[in-house]
Amino acid sequence: MLGSTPIEFDRNYDGPIICVKGLRNSFGDQVVHEDLDLDVQRGEIIGVVGGSGTGKSVLMRSIIGLQTPDEGEIRVFDKQILGKSDAETIEIRKRWGVLFQGGALFSTLTVAENVMVPIREFYPKMDRDFRREVAKYKVCLSGLPPDAAPKYPSELSGGMKKRAGIARALAMDPELLFLDEPTAGLDPIGAAAFDNLTKELQQTLGLTVFLITHDLDTLHAICDRVAVLADKKVIAVGTIPELLALDHPWIQEYFNGPRGRMAAPQP
Amino acid sequence: MTITSDFVHETDENGAEILRFSGDLSIASLDDMPERLRDCHSVDQLNLSEVGYMDTVGAWLVHRTARDMGAEVVGGDDEANRLIKAVGDVDPASDVRPDPPNPIIRVLGDVGEATSLAFSTLSGLISFLGAVVVSFFSLLLHPGRIRWNAVIQRFDVVGVRALGIIGLMSFLIGLVIAQQGAVQLRQFGAEVFTVNLVGRLTLRELGVLMTAIMVAGRSGSAFAAQLGTMKLTEEIDAMRTIGVSPTEALVLPRVLAAVLMLPLLGFYASIMAIIGGGLLSWVELDIPPGTFFSRIREVVPITDVYVGLVKAPVFGLIIAVTGCYQGMQVKGNAEEVGKRTTAAVVQAIFLVIVLDAFFAVFFTWIGWN
Repeated sequence: MLGSTPIEFDRNYDGPIICVKGLRNSFGDQVVHEDLDLDVQRGEIIGVVGGSGTGKSVLMRSIIGLQTPDEGEIRVFDKQILGKSDAETIEIRKRWGVLFQGGALFSTLTVAENVMVPIREFYPKMDRDFRREVAKYKVCLSGLPPDAAPKYPSELSGGMKKRAGIARALAMDPELLFLDEPTAGLDPIGAAAFDNLTKELQQTLGLTVFLITHDLDTLHAICDRVAVLADKKVIAVGTIPELLALDHPWIQEYFNGPRGRMAAPQP
Repeated sequence: MTITSDFVHETDENGAEILRFSGDLSIASLDDMPERLRDCHSVDQLNLSEVGYMDTVGAWLVHRTARDMGAEVVGGDDEANRLIKAVGDVDPASDVRPDPPNPIIRVLGDVGEATSLAFSTLSGLISFLGAVVVSFFSLLLHPGRIRWNAVIQRFDVVGVRALGIIGLMSFLIGLVIAQQGAVQLRQFGAEVFTVNLVGRLTLRELGVLMTAIMVAGRSGSAFAAQLGTMKLTEEIDAMRTIGVSPTEALVLPRVLAAVLMLPLLGFYASIMAIIGGGLLSWVELDIPPGTFFSRIREVVPITDVYVGLVKAPVFGLIIAVTGCYQGMQVKGNAEEVGKRTTAAVVQAIFLVIVLDAFFAVFFTWIGWN
């Protein structure tokens, strides 16, 4: 849209990073979300869980603007973003990074070039050599070996693709990171290493992480709070002990089922 | 709001060179600082005491400058020191792109690769054809194993459903040949030979050739895509473990359908083209349909029909074998399915046209002019 001024990003804002109120999403007759509320606090890793088809990905897509909800309010960094054009939300979008499930790397570009795409897009004037340097250290920051930078995504293993995806998501030094099932399809060692990476990055860079997962180990290992999606809304948010104190059948089944008990840290 | 970063170069009382940074050191506020910093040499100290916000890009810049100049970093707050340490701990990567090879070697390499690929494709196709023929004969020995359902279903997809598009295409081609022929032949008063042109050209060459091209685009590509997808989803591997031969169950029905359908479609296409030519001759040249068709019978030797009908099943075989072969070669990712499908169509059409040229020489040689 011509002439629309970007909404300014306020670095000193200290309240909830994401604030979803009364969200409603539907596809045809099928209602996915109804009156859904969720707050994400600054600096936390929030895990979003729910059965298949409860709309975890749809919630994430609504927040990052890939899906237009029927109703509701979504505030990110205290700025209303629903119904705003891309030009208006550009300053806000610079402040978040997204890791898609399959990595979603551009297959015709090398890993380092993938990282350079958002930088070039948002800061076209940045010196080319410096942009390359930034891309290279981001690749290393995501725990990839240095020789992975000039490789193409097809030459990488599943775990390395996820790390390359993280490198691209971190390209703009975001404050908020969205991860869609980051450990799905990784072996237990790779998954644990990825959990560590997420935690480390969150601590060093002061990130807020919105993490969709099915992985009970991830929930126990790194999530500060867990939001449970069921019955078209977030039925509970809290630490795992807090959730266990609730008497909801799905939550009990989820955390106290055979897999849930195995993943729980041994006292 | 970000404050654009800046730095001043100063010398303190002991003669130490100091770069004093100010403003925000972040990706949004760096501007042309990386270039300006490159012009500074022999600095002893980087002072961050007046820096506001800093992110990893700023931290990287400070770390790199300090490393390259052998300077020490002072005055940063805890946050800044932590970030600088974090980016300093990583080992910078070698490069953003693989090293480009020497251009001469690259060209030679490309030519060599293309040549070896062409030969390996050809030998692969031939051995695949061999496998199809072997499994065809083994099926003839055990006719009970022929999957008639699959074959009939392929007849429908390859043959019956193509009737509309092939009919329309051939009709229009007949129309165009007659129209162009009439315009050119009229110049020396020979427009009556338009009938010869339409009849001989469509029955002998164009009917079958255009049909083959259309079937390659419609069914050859579909064969490659279907088998390729089944290969990706491991359906074909599953078949093998159950003891079903994919060649027998998937490839042969498709090959049979193409081999049997192409002569029928080709003949039908020729007839449609003749109807188109007849219509134009009637409208443009005042040759009534009755006269047109009796002229066709006089001027077109029956060998022209044989030529078309002999070529058609061979073309069908080529199309089906290329399509199935490329489909079975798919491995890895979904992108491969697209590539193989394209290759199947291109190779099928190319081989059909090459063989058509050989056929033309051959039929002239045996006297079917």
